Amino acid sequence: MLPSALREGSGARERNRVTSEFFALFGTTEHSFMIQTIGVAGSGTMGAGIAIVAARAGFRTIVYDTAQAALERARNQTEAFFARSVERKRLTREQADRALAVLQGTTDIDALAQCDIVIEAVFEDLKVKHALLGKLDRVCPPSTLFASNTSTLSITEIAAGSGRDERVVGMHFCLPAQLMRLVEMSPGLRTSEETFATAWAFCQALGQVPVKTKDNPGFILNYFLIPFNNDVIRMVEAGLAEPADIDLAIKTALGYAMGPLELLDLVGLDTHLLVAEALYAGTHEPRAAVPALVRRMIAAGHLGRKSGQGFYKYSGSAMFGA
Amino acid sequence: MTVDYSMLSLGDSASFPESHALLDNARRRGEVVIVTGNRTEEALERLGDTGRYKAVVIELGTQCLGVYTGEARGEEGSNLLGFARFRLGDDPPTNLIELVRQPATRPAAIDAARAVFESAGFKVALCKDVPGRIVDRLVRPYYNAALRRLDESLASASDLDTTLKLGLGYPEGPIGLLERSGLHHHYDVTQALYEASGDTAYAPARRAQVAKRRTLAAARTQEWTERKLDQPTD
Repeated sequence: MLPSALREGSGARERNRVTSEFFALFGTTEHSFMIQTIGVAGSGTMGAGIAIVAARAGFRTIVYDTAQAALERARNQTEAFFARSVERKRLTREQADRALAVLQGTTDIDALAQCDIVIEAVFEDLKVKHALLGKLDRVCPPSTLFASNTSTLSITEIAAGSGRDERVVGMHFCLPAQLMRLVEMSPGLRTSEETFATAWAFCQALGQVPVKTKDNPGFILNYFLIPFNNDVIRMVEAGLAEPADIDLAIKTALGYAMGPLELLDLVGLDTHLLVAEALYAGTHEPRAAVPALVRRMIAAGHLGRKSGQGFYKYSGSAMFGA
Repeated sequence: MTVDYSMLSLGDSASFPESHALLDNARRRGEVVIVTGNRTEEALERLGDTGRYKAVVIELGTQCLGVYTGEARGEEGSNLLGFARFRLGDDPPTNLIELVRQPATRPAAIDAARAVFESAGFKVALCKDVPGRIVDRLVRPYYNAALRRLDESLASASDLDTTLKLGLGYPEGPIGLLERSGLHHHYDVTQALYEASGDTAYAPARRAQVAKRRTLAAARTQEWTERKLDQPTD
């Protein structure tokens, strides 16, 4: 069950439970866990999803974006998501309304001054993240924690441009964040133990499942997934098997819900290229290198489901060739 | 498409260690012959002229089909195909048949072989004659990487498994899966693929090497104990 409305009713009990576990686990003092207001910087797919998770858990959540249109799009998507959650009886109408009530958007970065933690989910570029965190460091009080949702960049390197590298932690939510419970938690080289422990307890209070990983390119998920997907693409590139045969084999042999090429089409070849390039830059491992076929497919406009063709052809939601 | 087929089974079969509808429904003679077991050369010798069948389908382990058919300038192919029913170590065989073709394998032979397996309820994935076929070729480097990263303390074994289960929806994480199905089997497969491909991604990870050595040592100990028990006492 999701820990809803942590500041009232059953939410308060849930928060007490999480807080008690936190003290038992880390032996620290109660004032360490004072997170009540969450900032989310960036209202793209990941930012909007993280904001849903935070608001649904009862935290006051402020979403910051430089573009008003992006905030409005995210708000519409969020309202639609909560409406579906109510339809499917995953939330009551009251819970959905309460979550929407604690969620607000802003284009004014100063509004994040009241946040106890700010999770950045902006473009995967070190300079962009440094620019944002530099501004946040001037806006937020020294006690505010910064978390990065990066999937491939180094937490230590991101923290180095924050002005408070002891209070920066990696919190990589999985896509789509509002549905996936896993969060990869990573300390940078200078992250304090208290920062990591507080962020860990906060993650649990969100109702998510944190796992600890080193500050390593790709952390756990992308470190294994990207080379695996590259190997699959190379298999197609070399004509060793058809995409439908590869997906069928993997699903039947291993019980995976989706074949790797179905997943790549869903994620998008352009997104795969970005993440794989970042992983290769960090590791220089041969299996992380992007196969030439990816660039050719992107040049041809074969991005996956979103363009109507990837490894399969799509018409609406129907799939051909599988 | 209904195809009459017969079975020729010589030696141990990893694909069919127990009875199965495919074995039960075979006829004495058929247009297609399924050859199972590890005494393949002997089976082919017994079959004689394989050209008189629509398809002859040979069970493969980690070896390539070309070992039995020969290869010629990338233009090889006939009515002989390979197959393996995928299984992971000690786990029972799955419902997947990897059907192996060569560049010039006759389409009618492929269709007939596919029809035979599908009539017995299998899912059939067609692939070229390469080491590891589809599944082992893709998953073994991933399993190796997981074992190596465990040694390098990227995360605990349970966090590695939890991440890959929750993050990707996999039914099982790599460490738990390898422990359950037998790490020494992973060694056997990866060592064969490494020898066949020369690709270091397949070189058995340290933990698999340790597991293999321990399995061999345990077998030697058991053999020594049994031999000692068999010796007459004064």
